[in-house]
Amino acid sequence: MSASPKTDWKKLIWALMGVAVFFVLPNFLSRFSIYLMALIFTTGLLATSLNMVLGYGGMYQFHHAVFYGFGAYTTALFLTKTGLPGWVAFVCAPLASALLSLLIGLICVRLSKLYFGMFQISLGSLVWAIIYRWYSFTHGDDGIHGIPVPDLIASGKSAYYFALIVLVVCLMIMYRIVESPFGRIFQGVRDNPERSEAVGVNVRKHQLVGMIIGGTFAGVAGSLFVVVEGSVFPDLLFWTLSLEILIMCLLGGWFTFLGPLFGAAIIVLLRTFVGIYTEYWTIVLGIVLMLLIFFLPEGVLGYIITRYRSRRNPKFQEG
Amino acid sequence: MDLLPNISLAAFCQQLLVGLSRTTILFIVASGLSLVLGVLRIPNVAHGSLYMIGAFLAYTIASAAGGGTFGFWLALVLAPLGVALISLAVERGLFCRLYEREHLMLLLFTFAFTLVFGDLVKLVWGSDFRSMNAPTSLQGSFDVLGFPFPKYNLFLLIIGPIVALGLWWLTNKTKIGKIAKAAAVDREMVAAVGINVSWVFASVFVIGCFLAGLGGALVAPTQNITQGMDHGIIIETFLIVIIGGLGNIWGALLGALIFGLTDAIGILIFPQFAIVFPYVAVITVLMLRPKGLLKSVW
Repeated sequence: MSASPKTDWKKLIWALMGVAVFFVLPNFLSRFSIYLMALIFTTGLLATSLNMVLGYGGMYQFHHAVFYGFGAYTTALFLTKTGLPGWVAFVCAPLASALLSLLIGLICVRLSKLYFGMFQISLGSLVWAIIYRWYSFTHGDDGIHGIPVPDLIASGKSAYYFALIVLVVCLMIMYRIVESPFGRIFQGVRDNPERSEAVGVNVRKHQLVGMIIGGTFAGVAGSLFVVVEGSVFPDLLFWTLSLEILIMCLLGGWFTFLGPLFGAAIIVLLRTFVGIYTEYWTIVLGIVLMLLIFFLPEGVLGYIITRYRSRRNPKFQEG
Repeated sequence: MDLLPNISLAAFCQQLLVGLSRTTILFIVASGLSLVLGVLRIPNVAHGSLYMIGAFLAYTIASAAGGGTFGFWLALVLAPLGVALISLAVERGLFCRLYEREHLMLLLFTFAFTLVFGDLVKLVWGSDFRSMNAPTSLQGSFDVLGFPFPKYNLFLLIIGPIVALGLWWLTNKTKIGKIAKAAAVDREMVAAVGINVSWVFASVFVIGCFLAGLGGALVAPTQNITQGMDHGIIIETFLIVIIGGLGNIWGALLGALIFGLTDAIGILIFPQFAIVFPYVAVITVLMLRPKGLLKSVW
């Protein structure tokens, strides 16, 4: 189903209006809310980058957090250990994550489905173990705090705008990728790898490129995290975070472009506000997840879109 | 350059024995995970939580029985049964409705249990760590080449083969084992000849979780019982199951040996990065044999 130029314009206008709202929003929000929004942008970018691999590529990317944490640590180490201008760190972080996804991807794409996912968890855990243990270099368990972020983006509000701009730019690039010929083939590989192979598509190469794209944007999200939070810790690479990102994608709805962003917003808000009342936040998350799998497996946005389309075009239900 | 500085043969042997007793625990937990993966096709992330619950239950039962020898044996019998009971309720209540879903959903569903169980343990037992004593007959140590070797570790070394033999007997000699093996290959066919596959699956799931609980109860006297002991074991056992071949009991044994021994030797060579050694071993094995060392049932 190719989008007509008319709907493209409509989408663009909606997107511009959305961005405009977020640009004026900080004037009406408290400092904490601004910080929370910036965290949502960061996490949303992370979830969207996972969806590139998982939703559009159909690969079991079970340890996506490694690329996020790796990007965050690269940024933090560049900012604290070198005298280079701060911007170098923000360029190097995505590159480092891309390199890591190339390395992990080269080994993983030879495997199928569950083996792919489990092997990725093992490689990711190795990276986590090294960062966790290499006390002299990464400060191990303690993490790195009070990272000197460049002055221009150091304050809460400027960090917000930085995160917003980076998010919007990244979303635009990712949207272009999904709609590009590469993106179409990538989705074709997901739907039917055997047939794609038969018509001459190099399945593994496409999967590898997809993994690198996802990993790179996760690295961008990682350096955004450093800007927003000012610290890094090994939990950023822990496998439970990877599963939390999976929950965000599921909650918002994979197969939708903006779904994971919604899911990330819901999870971050839920964690913050449930966290005020009880320390048992994970039990709430667990129950939400169970209900989701039973009653809303296509996610919130996925559900809305399906309902909307089936009302406008009853034929859609069959297709 | 001397890679092995000042490591005497005796220290090496001792470390090897310690590694082997760790292997026993890993094998018992991993074989349960492998069983569930092989027959039900559920990558049960909550397996580690059941192991943790097993350890906490063992502590509670042992202290309720007044500690000592009797308390330990009672805990060793009752704690795994308690875990089995929990898993039976979970399987009959929720899992049995989800078998048709894809792996990703099942994995996330079991992860939901990990989250819930983690907090429930915190609610029931608090966030302090607990410890429990081995019975007096298993305290103290032997002399191995001039080094002390704990009696309890020897006990573990005896338990391991017993569990392995029991599992072999269960899967190859009993009716339910044979049905489970058949159901793993083709569940529709098994259902077509009039067997209630749903209950076969429930029994296999319960047996698998029983093993997690047994592992937890066995490990309880050797380490602190804490929150978060579920995260470490689940990654380790998943890797063991994968390098052994999904669903293969002997593969789980082989994988546990590789994991346990490389870990033990790593501690000897490079203590700070000992944790890295088993992961490197796993990656090497998977590079050479992507589907695991032994035949997978999938």
